[in-house]
Amino acid sequence: MSDALVEIDDLKVHFPIKSGLLFDRTVGYVYAVDGVSLKIKRGETYGLVGESGCGKSTLGRGLLRLVEPTSGGITFDGTDVRALSGERMRLFRRRMQMVFQDPMSSLDPRQSVESLLIEGLKAHGLRTSMHEKLRSTLDSVGLPASALSKYPHEFSGGQRQRIGIARALVLDPELIVADEPVSALDVSIQAQVVNLLDDLQESLGLTYLVIAHDLAVIRHISDTIGVMYLGSLVEEATADQLYERPLHPYTKALLSAVPIPDPLVEDRRERILLAGDLPSPANPPSGCRFRTRCPWSQIRCAEERPELRVFDDSGQRVACHFAEQILSGELRPHEVRAELVRPAGDAAVDAELIPTQGDLPTP
Amino acid sequence: MPLLDVRDLSVVFQRKGTRPVRAVDGVSFTVEPGQTVGLVGESGCGKSVTSLAIMGLLPRRGNKVTGEVRFDETDLLKLRPQDLRDWRGRDIGMIFQDPLSSLNPVIPLGLQVAEVLERHQGRTRKAALKQARDLLDAVGIPDPDRRLDEFPHQLSGGMRQRALIAIALACKPRLLIADEPTTALDVTIQAQILTLLKELVDDSGTALVMITHDLGVVAGLCDTVNVLYAGKVVERAYRHQLFAEPRHPYTHGLLQSVPRLDVDRGERLHQIRGSVSDNIPWSEGCAFAPRCDRVIDDCIGETVPLEPTFRGGALRCTNPVPQEVPA
Repeated sequence: MSDALVEIDDLKVHFPIKSGLLFDRTVGYVYAVDGVSLKIKRGETYGLVGESGCGKSTLGRGLLRLVEPTSGGITFDGTDVRALSGERMRLFRRRMQMVFQDPMSSLDPRQSVESLLIEGLKAHGLRTSMHEKLRSTLDSVGLPASALSKYPHEFSGGQRQRIGIARALVLDPELIVADEPVSALDVSIQAQVVNLLDDLQESLGLTYLVIAHDLAVIRHISDTIGVMYLGSLVEEATADQLYERPLHPYTKALLSAVPIPDPLVEDRRERILLAGDLPSPANPPSGCRFRTRCPWSQIRCAEERPELRVFDDSGQRVACHFAEQILSGELRPHEVRAELVRPAGDAAVDAELIPTQGDLPTP
Repeated sequence: MPLLDVRDLSVVFQRKGTRPVRAVDGVSFTVEPGQTVGLVGESGCGKSVTSLAIMGLLPRRGNKVTGEVRFDETDLLKLRPQDLRDWRGRDIGMIFQDPLSSLNPVIPLGLQVAEVLERHQGRTRKAALKQARDLLDAVGIPDPDRRLDEFPHQLSGGMRQRALIAIALACKPRLLIADEPTTALDVTIQAQILTLLKELVDDSGTALVMITHDLGVVAGLCDTVNVLYAGKVVERAYRHQLFAEPRHPYTHGLLQSVPRLDVDRGERLHQIRGSVSDNIPWSEGCAFAPRCDRVIDDCIGETVPLEPTFRGGALRCTNPVPQEVPA
């Protein structure tokens, strides 16, 4: 497969849960990412969608080795990323950059835009014609050159996100991992940033991994979409295919839960309401991770964990034993009783989790 | 007769040494008994401040609240704080955005629900706790007997929001104000909570004021929608009217700029230029004018009035989006 820029093979990121005062004992693991395999083609946008706690951000960070994966393989343009060490990894990161959710907390408030942008160039020893580079990058994200001498607080939310994008772009990366790039922005500003990402991809031939919880946004910008639930991919398809024919019960529920700004549609919609909450990733259910909330679950679902398999010629992949039967209507949904889920267990769990951005917008 | 009649409500934030900020600028709307009214807008449009002003929850210092908030013919703004307390929780319930910060972390859940019943209905602790159990059950919290003794941190976000709804509805209020009740929740949990709210409101005949930035939430829930921009109502209409034929360029632009799941993917999203901070003051014309695609000379100069349209709707625009002529 030469057209794949990134190949992730059975990637696992487990965080240890430690306990004890003097000597840390590992008492368990949080299975944040638990065996994900996917390919991102050159020049495409891969959208990763899922609810908070499903491991989508950890997967993005694991890909850039911002958190060290527990096991599995990452191949970037033929290079085994996990085999790179220290200095070589640092230099390699130039080719893959990240855009974060909240531009207010990911931009140092005491650095001017110029110093923010120049930091990356210096770190990678690109000192020739730096200022021209900065100007052209700012221009490509729609900011005037006068922005260089300003500080992050002087900009609005949308402009700050443009600075975040410029900081990633200035190194001419091939892959940009965008973790919730628009969810902290107001609705009218979201469209601007989404369009900007689109334009940049077209003019620079970038490859994106976009991580978001908003299905409508993901569908708009992605070519391929992967749906994550509790650390693993449950379904993967092209954007149109996924919305036309969702196969996995979780994808169905997720799609039906998104409110649509049209009363005529809303009044007639049938919702698949899921019972209860996401189970704890420290203590995932046996077999299929989704079975505790799945209205179609069967005995087999508790015993055997479904593999992500190719469903048919369309290339759609799904991790469900009964996808065919559910699609044909052979299997009918049944009622599910909500199980009570403890948020993150005890305090020890909280302490060991890496701090990641919250998934949802602050209005 | 409307249950809630907000007339010309204004909130000005004043602090020494800074220019006063008009957060809410002459907002008027009514809520009929049993009706669901939406207040929609982006951050900084004054939607949350409106709800806090109605409930008398804004700090007295540094805020000037003017206008009238008539609830059942009583002007809530004129009541003394101790008298207003009798209304809050009994006649008007409120749900906030973040359930973790609106629940007390060191008091068991049961007591927090029971407290409302003890205060307003004079129940004994024992009777109130019994009723609290039923309330938790009614909002769909599993195993309510055990939940009574638990603390908010032991529950998930969705369950906390359910507990908050139980508290707000404990005394069967006639009006419920929900300020972004689902913004902090995931979509599948949001669907659960919205369905629950809809059922409870339909069953009890409680009127609901829904404050949100999410047009999709409004489309499924509200009878009438008020769109706010920079502290003023810019458009009001029945929901079918508003979504089918938005007249204000701001409403129109908002609806165009959100990607939708049910239509084919377009090439580009419509975008509203600039940002919320690019406003001009209302006294110098239409605040939205600097960002508006349909701006004409008349937009700048003096305040654009809110003109009534039909069926109780209203519009504040000199050059509205033309209506399609029915075929």
